[in-house]
Amino acid sequence: MTAFSRWFGRYALWIYSVLAFVFLLVPIAYTIVYSFNDSRRSNIVWRGFTLDNWTQVCNSQGVCEAFANSLVVGIAATVLATALGTMIAVALVRFRFPFRNSTTLLLFLPMATPEVVLGAGLAAEFLTAGVQKGIVTVILAHTMFCISFVVVTVRARVASLDPALEEAGRDLYGSPAQVFARITFPLLLPGIVAAALLSFALSFDDFIITNFNSGSFVTFPKYVYTAAARGIPAEANVIASAVFVIAIVFVVVSQLSAAARRKRLARLS
Amino acid sequence: MAFGAFGATVTATPAEPAIRRRSRVALFLLLPGILYLALFFLAPLLSLVITSFQAPVEFGDIGQYQTAFRWENYTTVIGTYAPHILRSFAFAATATVAALLFGFPLAYFIGVTLRRFPLLQALALTLVIAPFFISFLLRTLAWKQLLSDEGWFVSALHGLQLLPPGEHVTGTAFSVVFGLTYNFIPFMTLPIYTSLERLDLRYVEAGGDLYATPVSTFFRVTVPLAAPGIVSGALLTFIPAAGDYINASRDFLGGTETAMIGNVIEANFLVLQNYPAAAALSLVLMVAVLVPVSVYVLRSGTDDLL
Repeated sequence: MTAFSRWFGRYALWIYSVLAFVFLLVPIAYTIVYSFNDSRRSNIVWRGFTLDNWTQVCNSQGVCEAFANSLVVGIAATVLATALGTMIAVALVRFRFPFRNSTTLLLFLPMATPEVVLGAGLAAEFLTAGVQKGIVTVILAHTMFCISFVVVTVRARVASLDPALEEAGRDLYGSPAQVFARITFPLLLPGIVAAALLSFALSFDDFIITNFNSGSFVTFPKYVYTAAARGIPAEANVIASAVFVIAIVFVVVSQLSAAARRKRLARLS
Repeated sequence: MAFGAFGATVTATPAEPAIRRRSRVALFLLLPGILYLALFFLAPLLSLVITSFQAPVEFGDIGQYQTAFRWENYTTVIGTYAPHILRSFAFAATATVAALLFGFPLAYFIGVTLRRFPLLQALALTLVIAPFFISFLLRTLAWKQLLSDEGWFVSALHGLQLLPPGEHVTGTAFSVVFGLTYNFIPFMTLPIYTSLERLDLRYVEAGGDLYATPVSTFFRVTVPLAAPGIVSGALLTFIPAAGDYINASRDFLGGTETAMIGNVIEANFLVLQNYPAAAALSLVLMVAVLVPVSVYVLRSGTDDLL
């Protein structure tokens, strides 16, 4: 008994953590498993394994359109937010300017504001201005909440950049444009890519702000929300599972390549 | 064009114009993004303030309002929706504490125990953020099915007679807080992990050397050193949880008695077209959230905000 309690004391945190990971993964596993369910109308009871949902995803009314809409919105908002946010991040690290603290606060506040408030505020603005809700208002809204996250991500990269590299470029008679294109931008690229991926993920999964500003325009989360009342088709699980697998593969590959690069650098030094 | 090429050689010599040009570059970099946020973050907040004081148009249709200064809008919504407001903060606070109790040991495990195994550490971090990669709505619906009356969890509770017959789990305050906790666990775990990952274990050893019990070392050394992560994690959990209306929605984990402030704002804005009530409630929520946020901003200083 004492041997057991000593063993337990030693490995309690391991046991807890493994159980915690299982708990975190339960709804993910459920969603993926039920994408293979041979369901007719409502995907609640298990009725047998089938691949039909995967091979005929677009059979279910509206799922693929909603998914395509989410892709378009995600790409547009990502491009806009990454461009605007990267410019701000470079300015914050590299320049001293008046109202610097107010600028930081303005960038921080959207992240600290509940999404309902952001969504209702934009909707009130569009209502007052008489703007028709649709794909444009959704892209405008998504770009807004992504900018701050881009700034945070890219800023860290700019701050870790060695100024000596750019100085070397200037010493070798590179014009400011050349120094930026050949030295600064390539060094910032990993940060910019990370920021773009984060923006896309935030936009793709956003429901609350979208719901207030989309009118009759349907994104994937909005499709799921509307379908929840009458039962989600298994095809929605297929799309969510596919997105999940792609994202996880992406993360694992990038982590493995980062680990390999660290190892190479360690061997060099 | 010719002036530009000529000017470049001239301005390179005196320092003064060079600095001015640099500040022009800063302006060029900042202005588009700042204008964007002014137009789509600040102006919407202003629209909320204006809308919240509006009065219905006399003999007008539903959803028609005119500019006015009706303070009563605020007293009316606070009076009518006091239970929802209180419930939102109670649910969000409970979920924050639950996520802290769940996430802290996990963050400690990843940040301290797994230090010697970098690959396992990377895998564990991926598992913590994995829920982000599956649709927020679908993972909440998955819990609804798992906690439904037909699910094994409820059957087990009935079997063990922990739940009286006829009682449900979904649609209760418990299932809403459970859903909020689950959905925001990564937001709590990651910042604590970031603090603990840098924790110098020699401080913990020093506690033991000074004859402190493990428990008092934990509360007087480890927890204070993890405090920045705990504070960030608590804000990142509490703010979205207080405004959430998915978990509390009746189609998801909520029931008739679980509506939160977000549900009321959504219903007033999108269904009842009572825009002033929705705007006033949004601002009540905003002000309530700004209290802990300003304390955080004042303590951390604007330089460390981003």
